[in-house]
Amino acid sequence: MAIFINENSKVLVQGMTGSEGTKHTKRMLASGTNIVGGVTPGKGGQVVDMDGQQIPVFNSVSEAVAATGANASVIFVPPKFAKAAVIDAIDAALPIVVVITEGIPVHDSAAFYAYAESKGTTRLIGPNCPGLISPGKSNIGIIPADITGPGRIGLVSKSGTLTYQMMYELRDFGFSTAVGIGGDPIIGTTHIDCLRAFQDDPDTDAIVMIGEIGGDAEERAAAFIGEYVTKPVVGYVAGFTAPEGKTMGHAGAIVSGSSGTAAAKKEALEAVGVAVGKTPSETAALMRKILQG
Amino acid sequence: MDLFEYQARDLFESHQVPVLAGAVATTPEEAFAAASTMGGKVVVKAQVKIGGRGKAGGVKLALDAEDAREKAAAILGMDIKGHTVHKVMIAQAAPIASEYYLAILLDRANRNFLVMASVAGGMEIEEVAHTSPEKLARVGIDPNVGISLEKAQEIARAGQFPDDVVDQVADVLLKLWAAFIAEDATLMEINPLVKTEDGRIIALDGKVTLDDNAGFRHPDHEALIDHAATNPLEALAKEKDLNYVKLDGEVGIIGNGAGLVMSTLDVVAYAGEKYGVKPANFLDIGGGASAEVMANGLSIILGDTDVKSVFVNVFGGITACDAVANGIVQALAILGSSATKPIVVRLDGNNVIEGRRILNEAAHPLIEQLDTMDGAAARAAELAAK
Repeated sequence: MAIFINENSKVLVQGMTGSEGTKHTKRMLASGTNIVGGVTPGKGGQVVDMDGQQIPVFNSVSEAVAATGANASVIFVPPKFAKAAVIDAIDAALPIVVVITEGIPVHDSAAFYAYAESKGTTRLIGPNCPGLISPGKSNIGIIPADITGPGRIGLVSKSGTLTYQMMYELRDFGFSTAVGIGGDPIIGTTHIDCLRAFQDDPDTDAIVMIGEIGGDAEERAAAFIGEYVTKPVVGYVAGFTAPEGKTMGHAGAIVSGSSGTAAAKKEALEAVGVAVGKTPSETAALMRKILQG
Repeated sequence: MDLFEYQARDLFESHQVPVLAGAVATTPEEAFAAASTMGGKVVVKAQVKIGGRGKAGGVKLALDAEDAREKAAAILGMDIKGHTVHKVMIAQAAPIASEYYLAILLDRANRNFLVMASVAGGMEIEEVAHTSPEKLARVGIDPNVGISLEKAQEIARAGQFPDDVVDQVADVLLKLWAAFIAEDATLMEINPLVKTEDGRIIALDGKVTLDDNAGFRHPDHEALIDHAATNPLEALAKEKDLNYVKLDGEVGIIGNGAGLVMSTLDVVAYAGEKYGVKPANFLDIGGGASAEVMANGLSIILGDTDVKSVFVNVFGGITACDAVANGIVQALAILGSSATKPIVVRLDGNNVIEGRRILNEAAHPLIEQLDTMDGAAARAAELAAK
């Protein structure tokens, strides 16, 4: 088991014919992901050679699903066209849609999130995220597959590089699934969604949750952990030294007045018994201690 | 991007949200000229992007144009909570009967938009929410549905607006919503929204935040950037397309990925406590750390006179560490003798062995390599304290 994606995931790449799309399609294929097609409006009918594998291109997601039986999609199209691509995937009722694109206007994200909710058939992950990996089973997005292998830790993080760093720190244990949920103000899948899925996943024993400044997602996740999660959770929050009112790289990473601070998030997590590390390596050490008893 | 009040006023006006006459002035003479054009009493308002300016003496009533000149002279150059006043807005004065509140904002938690409306305005809305929550309507808006006239009237009634202004307030809300959508805003707040003694509903003060990610749809937003307040290093970084924020410490930071860079700042801050040093900046070089990007990043950081040491912290995910190492070596070659500060490098992840080998072989006198993020942060802090 794993959460959201597994060896049965059949993946479409929207924007596969672009440079980022091509690069990451090759990487995903190399790590064993079952990529069944690409979608680029206007380029349907082409077949693209991806390091020896022939991948068909379709004009729309529905067309691609009809031809391939795809059940997931990953989106690499530029911000300007991302909304249309996401809507296309939602209209095809794909269960998992991973939006890698960074820089999507938040009005567009709000619109496609509301659209997905109204249809009720698609889980969006991202935007502005590295995607997710169930090592050894499927890898949808840009997370390097060679950092570590399968294991029993679940990881959920707003940040891509901190996901990699944490997977690396705990590489001797491995992961059931690692999900990068993204750093935008509006994201489809939240910490809470992942915590619930990890709690319910028989093959996940413990959870690492990585947050950062901005919004109150971590505080709400803490409340959820208090109510629902019985598996051990360790946490890390980035951005203690971030000044108020400055966006720190991620569009969502901003402290406004006294809200969104790292200190408040840490406090909320600790209040429900989550051990919070001061640094990524200290956080990994806390997890190590739990797993080694 | 947060706008100044006068910019918000102009934006409101362009979307038919009712406002009073207003003009921006950077000198007492300009204030005099603007007040003369308007005639009668005017209000001189400091333009700063921070609350509490009224209490700080940044808003004054002027009886005529001559008085406006004097009041502007007093306000220009004032310091309000660390913000120097470079501009004032000259606004027409109006006899106010009531003060209300109206706002539309992005609601991150509910992932939609939120309208807040209250008959109690003119104070901080948090205070209204705390002391008389029954007077504050909070209504979520589906971005794909928007606000109908009926919905707007319902919101006005829920905010306890008196019956005789409900229609007018609903009309302002619909115009504000149109502006919010058209401009890709994440916040449009009118506080106070006033009823004048002659019964008009007018936006007297506004706060607007626009979505930087939507810039490609709004070439006109470029003109709203406050270049005077932008730190020169930040401006330079922006030109080079680098994600940089200037901070007030001594350890320059370069990393890849926003989360990792934020984390690096924290780790340096902890390590620096012992030495009395702090991070000097946030700089995320992103996924592709080419020699050019690294050179641009290093040159900005080395050009910061506050910086005493540099910490390059990279976890190679997609980016390979050998490319980063080559980037650093080539960057130092490009910078030549202008690079004078010690650089602590921590590489891990994709192709790290080759990356470390390249740096060892280069044996640049300024570069020191460490294996762990915590260890490297401690070393960079120590070097900055010397």
